[in-house]
Amino acid sequence: MGAARARRGCAVKRLAWLIVGYATLVFFALVFLYPFVIQLSGTFKTEPDASARPLAPFPDPFTTGSFVRMFESTDFPRWLLNSVLVALVVTIGRVFLDSLAGYALARLRFGGRAAIFATIVAMMSVPGVVLLIPKFLVLKQVGIYDSYAALILPLIVDATGVFIMKQSFESVPVYVEEAARIDGAGIFRTYWSVVLPMIRPALLTLTILSFQSSWNEFPHTLVAVQSPDLFTLPRGLADLVSGSLGAGTQYPLKLGAALVATVPVAVVFIAFQRYFVRGATEGGVKG
Amino acid sequence: MRVLTLRRGRRSGIYGRQATAGWVFVAPVVLILGLFLLLPIVMALYVSFTRWNGQGSPFTGDVPMAGVDNYTDLFSKPGLARQDFMLSIRNNVYYVLIVVPVQTVVALFLALVVNQRLLKGKTFFRTAFFFPSVVSSVAISVVFLFLFTNSGAVNALLAALGIHGPAWFSDPRGVVHIVLTNTGLVDPSAPPSALAGHELFGLSWWEWLSGPSVALCAIIALVVWTTCGTFMLLYLAALQNVPVELEEASLLDGAGPFQRLRYVTLPLLRPTTFLVLTLGLIGTWQVFDQVYVMSQGDPAKTTLTPAFLSYRTAFRGFEYGTGAAISFVLFLIIVVLTLIQRWVLRERDGGAR
Repeated sequence: MGAARARRGCAVKRLAWLIVGYATLVFFALVFLYPFVIQLSGTFKTEPDASARPLAPFPDPFTTGSFVRMFESTDFPRWLLNSVLVALVVTIGRVFLDSLAGYALARLRFGGRAAIFATIVAMMSVPGVVLLIPKFLVLKQVGIYDSYAALILPLIVDATGVFIMKQSFESVPVYVEEAARIDGAGIFRTYWSVVLPMIRPALLTLTILSFQSSWNEFPHTLVAVQSPDLFTLPRGLADLVSGSLGAGTQYPLKLGAALVATVPVAVVFIAFQRYFVRGATEGGVKG
Repeated sequence: MRVLTLRRGRRSGIYGRQATAGWVFVAPVVLILGLFLLLPIVMALYVSFTRWNGQGSPFTGDVPMAGVDNYTDLFSKPGLARQDFMLSIRNNVYYVLIVVPVQTVVALFLALVVNQRLLKGKTFFRTAFFFPSVVSSVAISVVFLFLFTNSGAVNALLAALGIHGPAWFSDPRGVVHIVLTNTGLVDPSAPPSALAGHELFGLSWWEWLSGPSVALCAIIALVVWTTCGTFMLLYLAALQNVPVELEEASLLDGAGPFQRLRYVTLPLLRPTTFLVLTLGLIGTWQVFDQVYVMSQGDPAKTTLTPAFLSYRTAFRGFEYGTGAAISFVLFLIIVVLTLIQRWVLRERDGGAR
């Protein structure tokens, strides 16, 4: 009898814990996701509706007017195109150049290797926001300020990526390369067709992190370009909010543009979630 | 193995080829990082000693030199430059003091809840909490700007609770001032002379102790909301390494869940907590995007931060020397924090071995 009651007491306690646990999880899920619901529904609301019923998850009436205005009265298509271009080139460049350097630092013997690696590790912790004026100076001096080269070149390699690549190459057993070399493969061939395929998960992590960070990049575009033709989505969006249109109006339009800036990363995130998790826990956290 | 070493020994040519290949492989990275990271730092350091106004090149003899004035003016010369700088420091200190502890506690709490073995749907909730960390900070700032408009979602929620929400991005008063005024303790037109009459670096104590403005609080809410997920992942990774035997042993000892948390889990998580705290400290001094999009330093400079002030001074005020000096002071703050972090982490690694 006593044991049965104790067991029932235990079950009640367990149930209470479960309810509290799930309630907490659902509450926080709402806190973290509902702003995106508001963003999504706000995009398809009319302006009076958006300001009268900011919390409502469904637009009433439903309108795609914000997209029409986005394409007709702003340079939005241009920003989108620029963002796609920058993200693609930067991602491909980073994966190739970072892995190349990572391989050399992990495997090849050459003078100055230790010094280069130490410098790269030190550079990982140089905060981007203190480099705004410096980057602007160099871009001006080199003569590429306000061009695609200014948008892309400074981002095309990154110290953290090199670091991640070096670590992964070191996890590949050496005998694989020795065997390839005995078979007469050159150094580049060994890197490209023997070792690189063996670190595919790390490459995917780097690809995803590079895409995410170049797609989201904002401060760099502030000091690299000034003509609206060269704006990327974040830059155009920031301009839309803080500039010409002023604050407090046209929220469906702004939310719509923000939505387009959010969706690609969201899709990649949902498809490749565990690589994001890897990136966050391995590569350290960036501002 | 011996065969291989012999081969290496005989064919010394391979080292020559490796050396060439090594340099060719690292060349792009070295060139670009050198050109866009190292060289800029040196150039900006030079500019921080000049009065360059953005016209022409800063490296000709025509640009007037300032010596260390750009730096000392920030601390000792009465005037607008010092006042703005001190306001930005004050704002950022409040920002750090709130963001770092709150995001650490929330991240730990979320990790502990998600890690409960009894609860299902772990992956979904982990994804949901982490999602805000990966999307564009500019896009998120736009959404939050909408949430915090006067008739926005946040004020609608507050109204449902019977609270009249503030005008988030136009009320320039600090929350401490608001509380003191609303409770009738202090008349805002005549603040206590002990505080208003004395100053430190050009700001009166009354201003230093204002607390963050509601606008800064909105930015704080946004940042905590975005960063929690990432730090939760760090805690989750650490929690997965907590040995099951330890938990079982503490269960056998009759420890309740809170005692287990206090005496078993938290001490094991201490290295992660240190990492989260220091990453938070380093990150919070770099806040820029959110300020740029949401407030541009307004209302009444209460969301001005050193990072944004540096940008504004250079690119809007055309005082590149002062702007560069501010960014180097900020750089110094961050470098010191980073060195402390690396030093302590290294110490700990050495001790564990």
